[in-house]
Amino acid sequence: MLRIILSRLFQTVIVVFLLVTFTFFAVRAIPGNPFAAEKATSPEEQAALEAYYGLDKPLPIQYLNYWKNISKGDFGDSLAMKGRKVSTLISEAFPVSLKLGLLSLLLGMIIGMPLGIIAALFHNRWQDYSAMVIAMAGICIVAFVLGPIFQLSIAKPLSLLNVAGWQRSSDILLPSITLCFGVAAYLARLTRGGMLDVLSQDYIRTARAKGVPTLQIISRHALRPALMPAVTFLGPAFAAIITGSFVVETIFLVPGMGQHFVLGITSKDYNLVLGLVLFYGILMGIANLLSDIALIFMDPKLRNS
Amino acid sequence: MLRTTFYLILASFLLVSCETRSDVEIANEENILIVGNSNEPKGLDPHLVSGVLESNIIRALFEGLCVEDPAKDSSSLPGVAMRWESSEDFTQWTFFLNPKAKWSDGVPVTAHDFVFSYRRLLSPDPNWPAKYTEMLYFLENGEAYHRNRVGEILCKNKPDFPLAWDLLKGANFNGDKKLKLESFAEQEFTKMEEKDLAKFKAYLSEGGALDFKKLTADPVDPSQLSDAEKRVFFNSIGLDKLEKEHLIFLKKQPEMIEWTEAVPPEVRQEVLDLLIAHHEAGKPNLWDQARVGVTAADDFTLKLKLRGPVPFLTEITKHYTWYPVPRHVILAHGEINTAFSSPWTRPGNIVSNGPFQLKTWRTNHLIEVEKNPHYWDRETVSLSGIRYLPIKNSYTETRMFGDDQLHITYTVPSELIPMAREKYPGQLRQENYVGVRFLRVNTRSTPFDHPQVRRAFALAIDQKAICEKILQGGQKPASGIVPPFGDYQPPELIHFDPARAKTLLAESGYESTSSFPDIELLTTNSDSGLREAEALQAMWQEHLGIKVRITQREWTTYLQKQAEKDYDLCVGGWIGDYLDPTTFLEMWVNDGGNNNTGWSSEEFEALLSKAENTADVPTRMEILSQAERRLLDDTPVLPIYWYTTNYLIRPEVKNWTPLLLNNHPFKFVKIEKP
Amino acid sequence: MASSVNPASSPSSESPPVEKGSSLWTDAFFRLKKNKLAMLGGIIVILILILCFIVAPILALTGLNANAQDLSNRFAPIGEGQGGLGTDQLGRDLLMRVLEGGQISLLVAILATLMTVTLGIIYGGIAGYVGGRIGNAMMRIVDGLLAMPFLIIVILFREIISGHVDELARFFIDVWGWSSDSVLRFANLIPLTIAIAGFGWLSMGRIVRSAAASLSQQEFVEAARSLGLSHQRILFRHILPNMLGPVIIYATLTIPSFILYEATLSFIGLGIEPPNSSWGKLIQEGANFMETNLTVLAIPAVLFSLTLFAFNFLGDGLRDALDPRASKD
Repeated sequence: MLRIILSRLFQTVIVVFLLVTFTFFAVRAIPGNPFAAEKATSPEEQAALEAYYGLDKPLPIQYLNYWKNISKGDFGDSLAMKGRKVSTLISEAFPVSLKLGLLSLLLGMIIGMPLGIIAALFHNRWQDYSAMVIAMAGICIVAFVLGPIFQLSIAKPLSLLNVAGWQRSSDILLPSITLCFGVAAYLARLTRGGMLDVLSQDYIRTARAKGVPTLQIISRHALRPALMPAVTFLGPAFAAIITGSFVVETIFLVPGMGQHFVLGITSKDYNLVLGLVLFYGILMGIANLLSDIALIFMDPKLRNS
Repeated sequence: MLRTTFYLILASFLLVSCETRSDVEIANEENILIVGNSNEPKGLDPHLVSGVLESNIIRALFEGLCVEDPAKDSSSLPGVAMRWESSEDFTQWTFFLNPKAKWSDGVPVTAHDFVFSYRRLLSPDPNWPAKYTEMLYFLENGEAYHRNRVGEILCKNKPDFPLAWDLLKGANFNGDKKLKLESFAEQEFTKMEEKDLAKFKAYLSEGGALDFKKLTADPVDPSQLSDAEKRVFFNSIGLDKLEKEHLIFLKKQPEMIEWTEAVPPEVRQEVLDLLIAHHEAGKPNLWDQARVGVTAADDFTLKLKLRGPVPFLTEITKHYTWYPVPRHVILAHGEINTAFSSPWTRPGNIVSNGPFQLKTWRTNHLIEVEKNPHYWDRETVSLSGIRYLPIKNSYTETRMFGDDQLHITYTVPSELIPMAREKYPGQLRQENYVGVRFLRVNTRSTPFDHPQVRRAFALAIDQKAICEKILQGGQKPASGIVPPFGDYQPPELIHFDPARAKTLLAESGYESTSSFPDIELLTTNSDSGLREAEALQAMWQEHLGIKVRITQREWTTYLQKQAEKDYDLCVGGWIGDYLDPTTFLEMWVNDGGNNNTGWSSEEFEALLSKAENTADVPTRMEILSQAERRLLDDTPVLPIYWYTTNYLIRPEVKNWTPLLLNNHPFKFVKIEKP
Repeated sequence: MASSVNPASSPSSESPPVEKGSSLWTDAFFRLKKNKLAMLGGIIVILILILCFIVAPILALTGLNANAQDLSNRFAPIGEGQGGLGTDQLGRDLLMRVLEGGQISLLVAILATLMTVTLGIIYGGIAGYVGGRIGNAMMRIVDGLLAMPFLIIVILFREIISGHVDELARFFIDVWGWSSDSVLRFANLIPLTIAIAGFGWLSMGRIVRSAAASLSQQEFVEAARSLGLSHQRILFRHILPNMLGPVIIYATLTIPSFILYEATLSFIGLGIEPPNSSWGKLIQEGANFMETNLTVLAIPAVLFSLTLFAFNFLGDGLRDALDPRASKD
């Protein structure tokens, strides 16, 4: 197990390194000026700002400096929101995204996995079809339609829920419901596939032939292996949902990381984008590691090896 | 595990259900105003921001000499200044400050704070990224200090200097802007184009060639240059920016830079000596010599001296660039001109002198201000706080208003205006706003180097249809670039006339539309901008038969393309900073940072500076209207409509009456409990 | 019970010995037919393709124009307007806009998927077949790129390519005398397509690689190798054909996700160039009118969701049918 963890860590380091390198050069290759504002920036001012943020140096030097600063734990200053540290911005937004991400993942599991199991048990029958139609709704209706629909049809008539915002503890519900459908759709699909796979295994057939009740077969024997593909998916899905929920965040006014991602890119906030990408890469490594460990615990074969 | 989750979710619902009152109901009880503010502010330093949404917060935190009247335009109430007086020609003003005015940490606000603030905003350091310095150019010598015009500062203000500045100022202090030597670095003199060559003509009286390699070397050694090259070199840089070695060299051959006839040789030497002495002293800051027109006569008397008559000065002092900033706090966190690295505006550090002080600032989440206990007029302040929400999505904002989460919205998207009118009668406000929507034209691109083509495009815009059919917010077709307000009645210059547009196009020499070059209309990636662009596209297609391509770009790319003149037509807008036509006209001067059209006219600029020196209001307005006419005769900018503000406001919010600049003073706003 | 013969896995004991190649596909089709939802999806996909690529051009010939504005006839209700589905916020015919929007959305998605598949097969195939250190390194590069925010890649590609596309478009207009309208209409979706494909091929590369890696371990490839066949022959005759299954499944599922990408880009304001439209853009604009006029949202949204459902179910059905592991039941 230690070997798996170590090799996963090693892979993460390499991937994060490559990721930051690609992003570093790509984001600087996008046209646009991080210092452009409503009022024009004079050439002298532009030069002074570039010097202040170290953008006047040749790219390779900038690149080395970036790693040098990172090794000191300095993510740099945001270029768009001047005077604010990238690390502050991330530490403000991450807890928000974490909460939102965990709840939507949880809801996605609650909705997606049972639907997938039902669909597999009733393969190619109406139950299968309706379960999958429900599951797919999340990825077939775009979030920027789903969000407003929820705002108008649930939040407005219900005095308990706000349309948008991040003030009350209940404000997390609508955005996470909107987000969870996407997760649910994939989970349902993967669970269904995994379940179908397991149900066709000989040991399940034997159990069935022996007359073990279906429910028992599922809960005792089939569920664990059937959920494995879904668990593999959970790791990356968690990282993605934490950083990639721009649409939901803007619609529901959630101060999370997704907004920083998109606005950082469109406003050419190099430091912010790089900081986020670095953070995301590490997060993804951890998430993958966790789902690896979960897999080890679920699969006796892996556990013993 | 499933069971625990279920209980968790159930519990969270139960927790929620305790609170059935809406946000607004709770806020009403707490006496807090909740305002939609469209986006996360770029910062809170009054000297460094330039946007409307930042000004909404800064207006609550800080206070200038005068305060906006809550119900009347062009009227000023006492702010930090209790009263003020001006000389008859409006060039000298005295403001008597209220001794009770305090910073939110209890330190009194003094005239020295104002002097410090204006000195800070005018800092000549290239690292000082203030966007709105021009607002202080009204002060005498303000521009010279900010632009670090060393020669002017030293010679004009030296008591025993032998020659009056008016006679001396013809000398080349600032450098010849046409001669950007770096841009010729790779060129060979013999192969230069005629129009480039013309720029150098004046300095090549005896003929001779130029070696651009030598002229752009680093450093340039004047002794290696021919006389013609020396003239080009010195004149391209100007006395103010020359290095010490070059000035010393010039002492031997002062004729190598332009002086006027009026400057006798001994004065030339004296000027050079003054400049060299300045270099030898290590180029000290020149604030003391610059005599910028702001002085503190005593702790509570501020004297301002202006570059010309400004009858509307109190209007300008309401702009946030004229607010004081806390000297003691800024200097505790950095130098006078430490910009972004100074943490003085962060929560916990910031100290302000307005009716409110900063309580919370969470990025993309919330800014909350609370009543300032040290504010001099705290009895008048009714609100105990304001919450600003950075709601980027205006549809969400309107929906939040409908769900009783906001008192005031930042805007109402035009799609929802009909709904708002019906559902929230009396709560939808549509008010005049001093702002104009227009298209910039790149006058250096074909076919827009033809004024007729530009005019044809302007006249083919059905402004009324855009206002009434698409925007529906009460916007008015713009007949000019300055919206009508106060004493200024804009001349009728542009109106929809497709027949005339067609004739103009024919006159321009482009016979058929097929011979027309590709035209690109640059716009941002906002929805409303896109709809307008699509309508314009269809109008030009219909009335001129010309197809225009729409290019949408993200905000910063859009700004950069505009600044680099990498566009043909470009959607833009301008909101007035104060109630005077100059706020709309001054941007079109040559090299103005927001001109971006490649257009300039000396006649236009002469009219503006004539207006600057005219104290009589009707005459001044007449001159400005001539200037506007001159601008639109050439049409480097196509006006579309004059803005209105569209927003929703709850009935319990009182003392929020229409104001042209939409700068509502929060100190007077009240929430009336139902 | 359907029999399965997959060269990738050792033939299961119960399946009768059948010929290779053809039976995989006939079998698959047989299984697909059993899945009614997938069949329905397939039919809907075909219908929508006909509607967008055959009916719409015919309607255009009869004079319907998706971009003709009539500001005095905005928001005409269903039943009015030339196309019968009413008009939008600028008085444009909604039917034509939805159909032409569909053309763009589908074209972008299908073209991007084709590019994705080609690139993914080449890259992933090589990485998988070569294996070892190089293969691993190739995959780490993919992982690194995959973790990049796709917006960066999209904006980057769009900026780099749009200039060249303009030149290309001008060439067609000037030299071949094509109508500038139609050339530009399709020229301006190229940057977007390439941008989406530039991101999308990464996942494809990964899938192909793992398939190729497991295939190259298989006995029949070992056998081919021991027979001394050339690398090329093994790659093209044995490995690539056997990867077709996963590739087709993935491609079918990629199309709807690309349609969604395009829509998300429209939400951010980086979608197709106006006045042309795509479903994503129509829905995004329509969503702004949710409170005031539902038809401008509902019509594109219904068609869009239907298409996504159809592609997804078809893809899932194909997976069930082609992936024999899941179909021994």
